[in-house]
Amino acid sequence: MTRIVMLAATALVLMVAAVFFPFLEISAGGMVRRSSLLDAVLAFSTGMMLPLTFAVAALIIVLPVIRLSTIVYALAPMALGWHPAKHAVAAFRVAQALRPWAMAEIFIVGVSVALVKVAGLAKLSFGPAFWTFAVLVLVTVLSDNYMCRLTVWKTLEERRK
Amino acid sequence: MSEAHSQPALTARQAGLVGCHSCGRVHEMGTTHCTRCGVVLHSRMPGSLQKVWAWLFAGMVVYIPANIYPMLLTTSLGHTSESTIIGGVIELVEYGSIGVALIVFVASVLIPVGKFVAIGYLALVVRPGSRMTRGSGLHGRQRLFEVVEFIGRWSMIDVFVVAILSALVQLDFAATINPGIAAVSFSLSVAFTMLAAQSFDPRLIWDAEETQAA
Repeated sequence: MTRIVMLAATALVLMVAAVFFPFLEISAGGMVRRSSLLDAVLAFSTGMMLPLTFAVAALIIVLPVIRLSTIVYALAPMALGWHPAKHAVAAFRVAQALRPWAMAEIFIVGVSVALVKVAGLAKLSFGPAFWTFAVLVLVTVLSDNYMCRLTVWKTLEERRK
Repeated sequence: MSEAHSQPALTARQAGLVGCHSCGRVHEMGTTHCTRCGVVLHSRMPGSLQKVWAWLFAGMVVYIPANIYPMLLTTSLGHTSESTIIGGVIELVEYGSIGVALIVFVASVLIPVGKFVAIGYLALVVRPGSRMTRGSGLHGRQRLFEVVEFIGRWSMIDVFVVAILSALVQLDFAATINPGIAAVSFSLSVAFTMLAAQSFDPRLIWDAEETQAA
């Protein structure tokens, strides 16, 4: 339980760094362009594509953040041996419902495919945010693997008494 | 495996119980809300199959424009070229990166089409009175459902690739990449089929055991 909380908290901190630092750097013909995660999100922000911007932002930033914070909120008091916080049950239910929709790890695979596509066109290098995001994905997957849904529900119920 | 099939499994409904689909706790039949997690209890999700079919057809319909219209608009030295999903895969093969081409092909063609077939198959087979209800292979169906539910989200790879490329490659004269309209319909298709998989109630699979026992 403690391990899951620690990993989820780590992932939250990493997410902040990943959003604001430059993600990838491209240079072609003497021109250099840096883009952050936010730029990738805003790529669809012109005209008809606007709804897709919100979708991508939700899938790779907003939903993972909500999911991680609800996990921390629901599990941290239990990891410390306290009674669960108010609405911990609702929070954990939200975390469960969001699980299929938080797609940060898929985004990483997308980045590698994009790299191969651009390789012929220009020179690419990774920014600091790429590495934080990669670690973030790793940490999220680890905490998901440690978490047993049924055990968490059981503990939540027992501690509430 | 054969031992597991010799005796039909006892479903919660037969035992006069109802299981919570969210946290797994079982209650007496007739309880309306789960005492552990507060979710509304249903022995079987009402209208599950209707929702599955609705989302599935919606997903199939928007998958068609996703393949016809261009996914990427590449402008290089004043010359614009469009590429569809399949076109992007062929381009990657021509570059010689077969592995990546394979990933994109699997994620954006094989997985969506496979999902249409798998969800359709499951929804047909669990219908009450279906001639395919009897017989073994229920474990296989359960596994198929789990695979479909797990793998669906990976189709989003191509949309993310488009997002990254069009954010990154904005080098005015040398090269620009812009997203095409297919990106929208493709991501809608992925979302709809994910919803179809989520509205499928896996407990329906095991109802076949009930009829066998009766």
